[in-house]
This record gives sequence, C-alpha cells and structure tokens, in this order.
Amino acid sequence: MAEAVDYRYVGTSPVRPDGVDKVTGRAQFGADQNLPNMLHGRVLRSPHAHARIKRVDLSKALAMDGVRAAVSGADFPAVESGEIGGEGGGDVADIARNVMARDKALYHGHAVAAVAATSVEIAERALEAIEVEYEALPPVLDVLEAMAPDATLLDEQCFTKNLPEKPDKPSNVASVMTLARGDLDAGFEQADVVVEGEYRIPMAHQGYIEPHACTATVNEEGKATVWCCTQGHFEFRAMTSKILKWKISDLKFVASEIGGGFGGKTVVYLEPVAVLLSKHAGRPVKMVMSREEVFRATGPTSGSVCRVKVGAQSNGKITAAKAWLAYEAGAFAGAPVMPGAMSIFAPYEIENFLVEGHDVLVNKPKVAAYRAPGAPQAMHAFEVALDDIARQIGMDPLDLRLANAADEGTQAPYGPKFPAIGFKACIEAAKKHPNYTKPVPEGAGRGVAAGFWFNIGMQSSAEVRINEDGTVIVMEGSPDIGGSRASMGLMAAETLGVPYEQIKTYVGDTESTGFCNVTGGSRTTFATGLAVVQACEDIIAQCKSRAAATWGMDDDQVEWQDGQAIPAPGVNADVKPLSLADVAASAPKTGGPILGRASLNAQGAGASFAVNFGDLKVDPETGAVEVLSFTGIQDAGKAIHPAYVEGQMQGGAAQGLGWALNEEYIYDANGVMENAGFLDYRVPVASDLPMIDTQIVEVPNPSHPYGVRGVGETPIVAPLAVASNAVRDATGVRINDLPLSPPRILAALSGE
Amino acid sequence: MSKMHIHTTINGDQVDFLGSPQQSLLDALRDEVGKLGTKEGCGTGDCGACSVIVDGRLVCSCLMLAAEAEGAEITTIEGIADGDGLHPLQEKFLEHAALQCGVCTPGFIVAAKALLDRDPNPDERTIRYWLAGNLCRCTGYDKIVRAVQDAAEQLAHPA
Ligand code: FES
Ligand code: FES
Repeated sequence: MAEAVDYRYVGTSPVRPDGVDKVTGRAQFGADQNLPNMLHGRVLRSPHAHARIKRVDLSKALAMDGVRAAVSGADFPAVESGEIGGEGGGDVADIARNVMARDKALYHGHAVAAVAATSVEIAERALEAIEVEYEALPPVLDVLEAMAPDATLLDEQCFTKNLPEKPDKPSNVASVMTLARGDLDAGFEQADVVVEGEYRIPMAHQGYIEPHACTATVNEEGKATVWCCTQGHFEFRAMTSKILKWKISDLKFVASEIGGGFGGKTVVYLEPVAVLLSKHAGRPVKMVMSREEVFRATGPTSGSVCRVKVGAQSNGKITAAKAWLAYEAGAFAGAPVMPGAMSIFAPYEIENFLVEGHDVLVNKPKVAAYRAPGAPQAMHAFEVALDDIARQIGMDPLDLRLANAADEGTQAPYGPKFPAIGFKACIEAAKKHPNYTKPVPEGAGRGVAAGFWFNIGMQSSAEVRINEDGTVIVMEGSPDIGGSRASMGLMAAETLGVPYEQIKTYVGDTESTGFCNVTGGSRTTFATGLAVVQACEDIIAQCKSRAAATWGMDDDQVEWQDGQAIPAPGVNADVKPLSLADVAASAPKTGGPILGRASLNAQGAGASFAVNFGDLKVDPETGAVEVLSFTGIQDAGKAIHPAYVEGQMQGGAAQGLGWALNEEYIYDANGVMENAGFLDYRVPVASDLPMIDTQIVEVPNPSHPYGVRGVGETPIVAPLAVASNAVRDATGVRINDLPLSPPRILAALSGE
Repeated sequence: MSKMHIHTTINGDQVDFLGSPQQSLLDALRDEVGKLGTKEGCGTGDCGACSVIVDGRLVCSCLMLAAEAEGAEITTIEGIADGDGLHPLQEKFLEHAALQCGVCTPGFIVAAKALLDRDPNPDERTIRYWLAGNLCRCTGYDKIVRAVQDAAEQLAHPA
C-alpha cells in the first residue's frame, strides 16, 4: 500500500465557494432563469402506453390568442442512428424520438406535441386544443412477457443484436451479451453448497428534487442560448445539435446550478423542443416539468429480473457462479445490463462464471443512468445469494467475502487486472468496526453486502487564470452537483501551494471553457480534477520561467515551493522568493497575463469498492421496516474533501435504502403509472432514517496525483442487499424481491 | 383573467403585487415578486422545497393561494440572514456540508428556522419529525440534522 502523504489542503473540508449563494436563495437553478418577453412552453403527452400516431393537428391550438408556436414530431428533422454521450447517452435517433414521438407513442407520457404561449395557463389550454388521432396498441409491460416469442412488438425493426446469427424475426430483446470464464459445470461439481434464486426489482426513479427546466432563446441570426439544469451542458449541446441538425457553434449552453441528477440529467428532454419553439416564435421560451412529468416521462432505472446460481465449498471458496439478467430498457434500447453483468461478480475472484444479459424493450419511459447504473439490481441478487451461502455453511458473511475478495492483480470478470484496490481493506475495516462487533439489538437483524463501481475517466478541460493580485480563478466545465467546486479549489491550492481562500472555482458555459463530458460515472473529482492539477502545473512552469527571467537564470535553476519561486538547491543567488502575487504583479513586464490550461481524456479511473452493513427491525404487525443503524465503509482512494465524500456515502445509502424498502413504479394494466408523485412514490424522509455512519478507506489510485477514486456511485449499490439480508436475519424468512414494503413483508411472514 | 391586488409584508418590506385568483403563493413569490430562492420540487405539498413562514406558521407555499396571503407577514429564504451576516443555521449548513446540490436547502433552512423559533432546544427525534416534510435526495439527512443541532446550540450559547 502506498504511504500516506501529508497534504496541506487536500483532505480538509472547507466551505464550498458556491455555499453562501446556496444557503441564501441566491443560487440560480434550472427554473430560475427568466428573460424579457418570455413565453412558456408545455408538452402534450400520450395518454396511451402504446399507440400508433395517425395524425396530429396543431391548427386549433395555433389559432388561440396568446399561442405563439406549436410543434409536433413532423417539425423535427429525421435523425440518423449513432451513439452519443457518455454515461446516460445512447442512440441519438432514439433520443430524438424520445424527445418528440414521431409515428408511435411508446409509453404513457411520451411527448407528442408542444406549444409556447404567453402564459402557462394559455399553454395548457392550447394543449387541449391539439387534435391527435391514435390507434391504441396493446402495451407490453412485463419484462419476461416482452421476451416471449409471440409478444407484441414495440419496434418492428428491432432485431436482437449480438446473437451468433442475425435473427429472422424482430423481437423486443434489443441485445444480448455474455461474459464467461472457466468451466461452469466443473465448478458446480466442486461445490459443497449451491444456492439458486430469482430476484425481481421494479423500476425506480432517481428522484432529484429539482424538476427538469430550461429557457431557450434564438435570435434572428438563428443563434440559440439555452440555460438548463444538466449534468453535462456540452453533451446537451451535442444532442440538441444532432436532434435539430444545427451547427454546434449556433448553440450556446449555460449550465444552471443543478438540483440533483444522479444520472437522470445526462440526457435531453426539453431543450431541443424549447429551441425549436423559440425559433418558431422569435421569443424566449421557458419550459419546466411538473413532478408528475418527471416521473412519467424522464428516465428511471430498469426494472429487472435476475436469476443467480452460486456454488461454494464449505470453507467459503466460491467455485462457480452463474447469472441471467433481464433489464427493462423502457421504450428504446439501452438498459444498463452490460454494466450490471460486468459488476455482478466484480468484487470476487471467481474461476468459473457465466453471465447472460438481456436489454428488453417495454412500454415504459426510456431508462436513464441512475447512480452506478445497472449494478444495484444484479449485485443485489448475488449479494443475497452469498448471504444464503454463508448461512448454509455457517460462516460470517464478512469472512465469506474476504475468502473470495478481489485484490491487486485479480483479473476482473470484465477483463483487465485490478491495480491496487481497497476491497479487502474495507472488509477488514468492517470486521473491526464497533457497529459490527457490537451485538445485534434485540428483535433486529443484521445485513451485510459489498458494493462496487468501475468509475470512468473521459474528457475534461480546465483553465487556471492568475489575477493581477495573485488570486486565482479555476474555470472548468463540470456542473457542480455536490460540492465539486470545493474539491477543484482544494486540488488547485495544494498544487499551487496557495491558500484555498485565494482560489475561486467556476463552472463555465460551453463558450467560456473547454469541453467536459458529463458529471457522471463518478468522474468529476478524478478527471476534471486531473485537468485542474495539470493546468496548475502549467501555471507553475510559467511562473518559474518568469522568475528565472527576472533573476537572469535558466528555468531549471528555479523551483516552486509553498506557493513561491525560489532558486533551486545548489543555485547560489541572493534573491528574494517570488510569490504567486509577486509574479502576477510583474506579469505585464514578464510576458503578459498568466493563463494555464489542460485538456485530457483521463485514463485509469480506479474502481471503488465498499462494504455496508446495517441493523434493521421488522414490525410483524404492520410489516414496516425500521433502520436502526447503517454503516458505509468505502475506498475513496484519497478523499479530497472528506465531508463531501461522507455526504456521497450517506446520500447513496439513503437512496439505496429507499429503493430497497419502498420505492417502485406501480403500473395499472394499461401501462399508466399509478404513483407519479412524492406522496405515493415514497422516498426516505428524515424521520425514516438514523444517522448514517461512514468510514473512508484510502487506498490511493495510482492514476491520479492525489490518489482520487470516484466515490459518488458505489454507495447506492450495497444497501439493497443489506436490507434484504437484514430482514432475512430479523424474520427468518428470505424475501427475494424488492421493495421490502409492508404488504410484501406481511405476505411473506404469513407464508404467502 | 382579472388580477387581484394583494398586500403583504415580505422579509420586513411592504410588498404589494397583482396575482390571479388561482395563483399559488409559490408562483406569486417567484413570478410576481421575484423571490426565486423559494423552490418548487413537486407543487403538491410533498417536498417542502417551497417552505415559507406566514404569520409565524411554516407553510408549503405551493399549497396556499396568493390571495390568502392578503395582509400576511411572510418570511422567505431571502429574509433569514440579517444583512450583517448569515444566520447560524446558514453558517452551520455550510460548515457541516449539509447541502450537496442545494435545491432543498432554502426549504430546510426556513423549516428549521420555524422549528427553532418555537423549540430552541429540539432533540434529534424532534428535528427529524419536524423536517419530515422536507425531502432531500442528496444527503441522507445526517449532516442536515447535525447542522440544525449545532445551530440550536450556537443560538443558545452565542460565542
Ligand atoms: S413544491 Fe411545495 S411541497 Fe413541493
Ligand atoms: S442537497 Fe440535493 S436535495 Fe438536498
């Protein structure tokens, strides 16, 4: 393990630079942009889960007083198929048809037309005046029924991809994939115990508190400016450019503050519509979704059916593991089944395994990324099966995981060998944790599970500018969703050797800073952080050479230490050190303004592992589950701002517990979501949860100068199985499916 | 649609505005008065992002008609700091990193202010139940509860 390094700023938790504006109501979120002369846009949505659209007539709406523009699918260009976007992207032709339906409505709530009017009320009345003729088709709502050979098809042109031969019939199975190693049969033969099960989890939503919102204005030259809440304004610009067939340089995107995303704001819904409406109307158009629209028409994550079979020896060694995964993609291909398949066995060294994944179309909203997309569903199944193995062989669940834990050099199921990773360190920390060594409270049960996420690198840019007085501006393009400006400032402070307070970090718009991929994949502190560090190193190189010129030395005779230029060791010179402020003050005489920059495609995002455990209590009368305590232990590589790392772990735990205990999309037989509001789609509230204890493990990522691994996604993975395993421990009854809502628990306890 | 003339006091200022009979107080605050710090998360009374204090009572401004605010005294997030500096709740939210995205934060601070105004020394359970009408999807509530506890402490024993 690498030695612990003492840093001055990295590893402290100062107040974030955007903090004061966020506690005083000044911060501008997606719905807070208003422009003079602005219109309000609203979307007409399909009342059918599956229907052919025969005719859309906008004329009556357009004739109404106060209505200034109306569009439907026919107003959008045909878009060629092609991959776009990072995490949460997909085929741009599908995104285009999701933004506005063309010939078919594929889920209840699918956008069919939109209007812009002088008030929201007029826009809403105008929607009622739009005539749409539908031919209703039977909805396909269950993932297994959708896979049946005689199922109603969502897309007659969908032929299952990745089969050995192109199938002769279309199917709702958009693609299949397989990962395999070793000899499965031989592995199961070596097993002393075998556990097998099927685990179902319904769709769940990210549930960010801020609904999607944007304001677009197109001028007479055909140049658009769009303000929106997004995890990636550069990718929103790219998607809008492709969907409308506009040049990228005609589109400027400004990311507002973002009120949560968790993967759900990585794809456009409103923006291309608002731009088109604004172009037609010649006035700014603001569009804000209602909460109901967010539930019905933005991407939740896949509902899933996972079948797992695992064999182990009585000493705990896993000899074989098999998984079959079917994930709902919603209306268009692109369920996160691949990352589900790649993550399910990732924490373990398993010689013989097979995973088969299926990406399945159903008449529900197209899924979007949700925190560690695809991993929670699959890993829930396996971590529950492992719990049953541990029970059967009478082994502590942490010891079982330790006996199989992946370590440096282990070949990941998805291919590469792991460099230094922190899974074993997390298990060891859990075994020693006071919450684990204390007895389980009377009447409660304890559950244990592992979590994992790959993390990604991708493209980032950063610029560092030194002001005339030596204060520093860091400009980058990753929307700050949870305090990342503070982390950037800390890494810049550490690298430059100047106080954190001397630095201000900004998130630039698409015209004021270089390209950055989405804030997603837990990449921002790692990849954009790397760009910030490199841009600071660029600054240091320039400051050194300006000091050298001032002192009449060669560049290599100057060093940068503690925020100042000094003569290198051994260089004999009677000069006063030059601070960043000194170099800045003399900049006009030494070559002009000081500007550093870096752009990169970051490699080596280190995988992040976690161990979670919790004590949960079940009320046998009501079926309600109470979380008595919950502990998250996770490898952060290096926590740049530990309080925000803890916050990621606590927030992920809360989301995972909500998913495990209550959250689900409930559909009627017609494919209409019955609980499209926070009253009935019940996310955890403060009185549902205890304090969430955290322990940060630090096994530095060798690919980052400060050892950073992404931390944002891993925390949601383990809580699902923690809850299942704790309820099993508390009640003696194994419930495979989620959520563990009161009716499901009561049914299980009464033996149904 | 004819508009109504509504007279209020907002954060100590006399504020008159024209509102339509159907308009919620939330929409009036945001669209007529320009108080954009009050947020809409749901519009149905389920998330608390729109919390304001009306005549000493904590309300979801999305559930109240603007017309019902006639003559009322309203405190919004913009009125919590006193001009000299942040309110202890605001300081403690920052110190404890009790916000991630921050969209729920105005609602939480207003709701917590209403709590501390009536109960200066709430225990953890009281805080959790009082704030149960405010949704935060980012933090898991841990740091929010601690920030409120710490702010209560500071208000009781100013340094
Ligand atoms: S917006 Fe009023 S409670 Fe959610
Ligand atoms: S900080 Fe994001 S919802 Fe609370």
